[in-house]
Amino acid sequence: MTEFKNEKVSLATVWLSGCSGCHMSFLDLDEHLLELEKHVRLVFSPLADHKRFPEGVDVVLVEGAVGNVEQLALARTLRERSRVVVALGDCAVTGNVPALRNRLDSEAMVRTVYAGGMDFPGLDPAGLDEKEWVPRLLPSALPLHRVVPVDVFLPGCPPGPQSILAAVTALVRGEPLVLPEAMRRFG
Amino acid sequence: MGVVTLTLNNQLISAREGQSLLEVIRENGVDLPTLCHLDGLSERGGCRLCVVEAEGTSRLLAACVTPVQEGMNIRTHTERLVRYRKMLVELLLAERTHVCSVCAVNGRCELQALAARLGIDHVRYEPLHPDLPVDASHGRFVLDHNRCILCGRCVRACDEVEGAHTLDFMGRGVQSRIIVDLDQPWGSSRSCTGCGKCVQVCPTGAIVARENIAGGVEKRPDFLLRILEGRQKRIWRW
Ligand code: SF4
Ligand code: SF4
Ligand code: SF4
Ligand code: FES
Repeated sequence: MTEFKNEKVSLATVWLSGCSGCHMSFLDLDEHLLELEKHVRLVFSPLADHKRFPEGVDVVLVEGAVGNVEQLALARTLRERSRVVVALGDCAVTGNVPALRNRLDSEAMVRTVYAGGMDFPGLDPAGLDEKEWVPRLLPSALPLHRVVPVDVFLPGCPPGPQSILAAVTALVRGEPLVLPEAMRRFG
Repeated sequence: MGVVTLTLNNQLISAREGQSLLEVIRENGVDLPTLCHLDGLSERGGCRLCVVEAEGTSRLLAACVTPVQEGMNIRTHTERLVRYRKMLVELLLAERTHVCSVCAVNGRCELQALAARLGIDHVRYEPLHPDLPVDASHGRFVLDHNRCILCGRCVRACDEVEGAHTLDFMGRGVQSRIIVDLDQPWGSSRSCTGCGKCVQVCPTGAIVARENIAGGVEKRPDFLLRILEGRQKRIWRW
């Protein structure tokens, strides 16, 4: 068995349009988290409330579909700054539940749900990166690989802790990852 | 019935005349994936997952609708075939809206299982997300067009085994859809006997029983063979 490298590997986790179930599944690693902690440095994550996606990340786990302009920008940033990008869970892999809106008119939906059919004040007018705006929904919620190249796909809603552990352990050790059939299932 | 000899993945084998390639391939223990084929129903040759290579022709043959012939040299798992099968399943997943996580047959779906078996961990094609309805007008069954792969197993079971011919196809290509009678709500059908055969044979969550809508559906398509055998041997006396 290959040993872990001596220096710690930097790990990031990102939460786009998802329900956080994939992050919960990650936390379900339970005592394995303590083992993992000896080998990784968590440099960005909703679990730790980091504000800025750092440079030089080794592995990033991305939960959720790409649903709005802010997430699109973050997806591009994390791709630029990370060595291995993992689509974590069906939302990131296929669009899954967030993509159920894709056959609907998203603008009309936002207006109906949040503004009683009126125009929504503060809605990002043209996908500009203005801080005071509410990020505009993209016309479709997209799987991560339709936006940026993805290195590893971990399907499942959510992927089981065993799948996440198998994948993260292999990636952190720099080993090739071959998921067995049972860990490859959508849903 | 005569016997023919052929080569299957470099092995000499024999078969009965008139058998389909699929039958012979499976009898010889080779695991060939299928979706539109179901033991007991006529063949449709629609899903093309059972394609094989035959020496002497560059055309791929759908094993379920190709009869065995003397001297054939068949290959079932070349690199090209495996690649095409993956593409076919990915195209099926992209054509409609298959969200496994909110499907009544999640964990028991033939399409989902086949994707995992073929090593598909994502779909390379852009999903079409067509705006398709769900027909929940029937008292006991629900037809969700978003999960239909147009295999026609329901159509054939309803026609060939139940004898009702309630279901059929309408439209062409990606516009194709399963219809009930003259394209009317299922609940208003006069021909449907409510037998549930279509529910049992549907490989996906496109047709499910109402009571199973929350999940945990186990489909039992093998009842077809029992019924057909019983009919042929005149076991049923009532
Ligand atoms: S894949 Fe499932 S668990 Fe993960 S974010 Fe999406 S809906 Fe939630
Ligand atoms: S319930 Fe029976 S009769 Fe009705 S559509 Fe299905 S197979 Fe046909
Ligand atoms: S409803 Fe089910 S059985 Fe009928 S064609 Fe669609 S997937 Fe096949
Ligand atoms: S099983 Fe042969 S084409 Fe579908």
